[in-house]
Amino acid sequence: MKIATLRAWSILKVGVRSILRNTTRSILTVLGIVIGVACVIAMNAVGSGASKSIQSNISALGTNFIMVFPGAVTQGGVRITAAQSSLLPEDATAIKNECPSVAYVSAGIRSGGQVVAGENNWGTEVFGCDVDWPFIRAWNVERGVFFSEAEVKAGTKVAVLGATVVRELFPDTDPIGSVIRIKNVPFRVIGVLERKGGNTMGQDQDDQVVVPYTTVMKRLTGAIRLGIIQVAAVSPDRIGQAMDEIRVLLRQRHRLTQAQDDDFNMRSQEEIAATASQTARTFSVLLASVAAISLLVGGIGIMNIMLVSVTERTREIGLRMAVGAKARHVLGQFLLESVALSIVGGAIGVALGIGASLLIARFAGWPVSIDPGGVAVAFFFSAFIGVFFGFYPARKAAALDPIEALRYE
Amino acid sequence: MIEIADLVRTYRMGEFEVKALDGVSLSIAAGEFVAIMGPSGSGKSTLMNLLGCLDRPTSGRYLLDGTDVARMPPERLAEIRNAKIGFVFQSFNLLPRTSAAENVELPLLYGARGLSGRERQDLAMKSLGKVGLAGRADHTPSQLSGGQQQRVAIARALITDPPVLLADEPTGNLDSATSEEILGLFQSLNDAGRTILLITHEPDVAEHARRVVALRDGKILRDEPVHDRRIAARRKAAS
Repeated sequence: MKIATLRAWSILKVGVRSILRNTTRSILTVLGIVIGVACVIAMNAVGSGASKSIQSNISALGTNFIMVFPGAVTQGGVRITAAQSSLLPEDATAIKNECPSVAYVSAGIRSGGQVVAGENNWGTEVFGCDVDWPFIRAWNVERGVFFSEAEVKAGTKVAVLGATVVRELFPDTDPIGSVIRIKNVPFRVIGVLERKGGNTMGQDQDDQVVVPYTTVMKRLTGAIRLGIIQVAAVSPDRIGQAMDEIRVLLRQRHRLTQAQDDDFNMRSQEEIAATASQTARTFSVLLASVAAISLLVGGIGIMNIMLVSVTERTREIGLRMAVGAKARHVLGQFLLESVALSIVGGAIGVALGIGASLLIARFAGWPVSIDPGGVAVAFFFSAFIGVFFGFYPARKAAALDPIEALRYE
Repeated sequence: MIEIADLVRTYRMGEFEVKALDGVSLSIAAGEFVAIMGPSGSGKSTLMNLLGCLDRPTSGRYLLDGTDVARMPPERLAEIRNAKIGFVFQSFNLLPRTSAAENVELPLLYGARGLSGRERQDLAMKSLGKVGLAGRADHTPSQLSGGQQQRVAIARALITDPPVLLADEPTGNLDSATSEEILGLFQSLNDAGRTILLITHEPDVAEHARRVVALRDGKILRDEPVHDRRIAARRKAAS
């Protein structure tokens, strides 16, 4: 036992040394393994990170959340892209009054705009909505107040700021009571929203100014139609029912015949989450296929270089056999070399994969989580590749005839 | 030490069978210094491969140091080679970019006894001392002259203390002065009791041995002691 260990150790040292002798060649050889393992690690990190992020975002969206978007309008049997939105403020009111499964409704309309406060200005999004909006999004006002029903009805020029906007426009002062200008229209700041962070797509949700939707229509854009209607169902198990009620009501209000498609689209919180997971999964699958191909190519690269090595070292093999190496010693030596190569590649790949995961985390805004189990699996898989693709060259070396090998030029 | 009787080795060349060795019988006692001579195609390489346990005879008997090795499986032959035969080749066959000491250690990696790295190093240094290269242990082959490289190879052959040293054209790649040096080393090793088999086609080289066996067409042509033995100008081996 002790003898066998000593011998294996000596042979391993010989193998490692022969790898170190050809540093550049060895590194190029293991590149495929490096990329493959790095992809596996990154894939794992992104996959599990994205699913964690999605879970936390589902609750952040607000509970029982449904979005109604304006959609395609059918005219004379021809389906065209809606030239103008199919949703009117009255649709929102009707949903609130007539759908029993709906708890909150908020008409919404967006407007981009440069917002100016004193000497500071900031390009952000202006979102017009109704008084139910904080309940639908489960988003509280941190300081000050949200606007009232009377202010919505009157189209008052009041604004509630997101945390990012406060940081950019009022770095040192309390914004409550100040005046900001949106497209040159003065608005009084009455509240600040609590910080919410990035959404599922990585956008900063705190980078917006919230104002009454009536004010956007009257003072900023002049539009009479809505960009969105946000709805909360009374309970999670009645989301489907609420969507059915809204569909029937809107079809009726828009006078759609049986033959016509909906001129609006609805998506629930679950569907949004599903889309996000789908995106993350697609990304994972992409990385997985790159990883698989890369590991395969890497393995073939190792096999190739080991075959070259066996040919180059034919005389060495002959000599080793002449001084007493048995076929299994030669087999073991070349197997160990290819495993050592692939493990070195695996180790570099693990480091690179963790680095790449952190970069993805930084730029995609996904909270990646590196799973030690995945790292271990990737590492052992690379060792397995070394054995698998190293076996053929090693067997070729072990099968050499010492007389022929010694005479090889 | 070596007893071969009626040794035959045939090769198939397509349809034909070629008898490279055709019934060779030979007996070599311990402590002898035998040169095996013959032109190319005489069967001396075949004989050397058989004597070195690199190949197995088609028929015949081969007793090496009391062991019948003619029918041994390759795995056992590897053990025999490791324990009983020290090889010296024409082209030295040293591992490139590897120190002299590590080259000398090589057979110990495959020995039946497990030795620690320190034990192997000590043996390698002792062996290098025997060929007068103790001071060059860290040199790689490219930093050594041809004669020095062949001495490293001899040190490698000696490290397992084998009963037989088998040298295949050991001076073939060396100039005449260096050849004398190497042959002198063989003579002093033989004087110290080592059995040496020297395969060569040069009569000058063969005359350094005590006995010459000449082969032709796979048969022994003559087998006689050397009358006017050449004694190489000795350098003190242990220097």
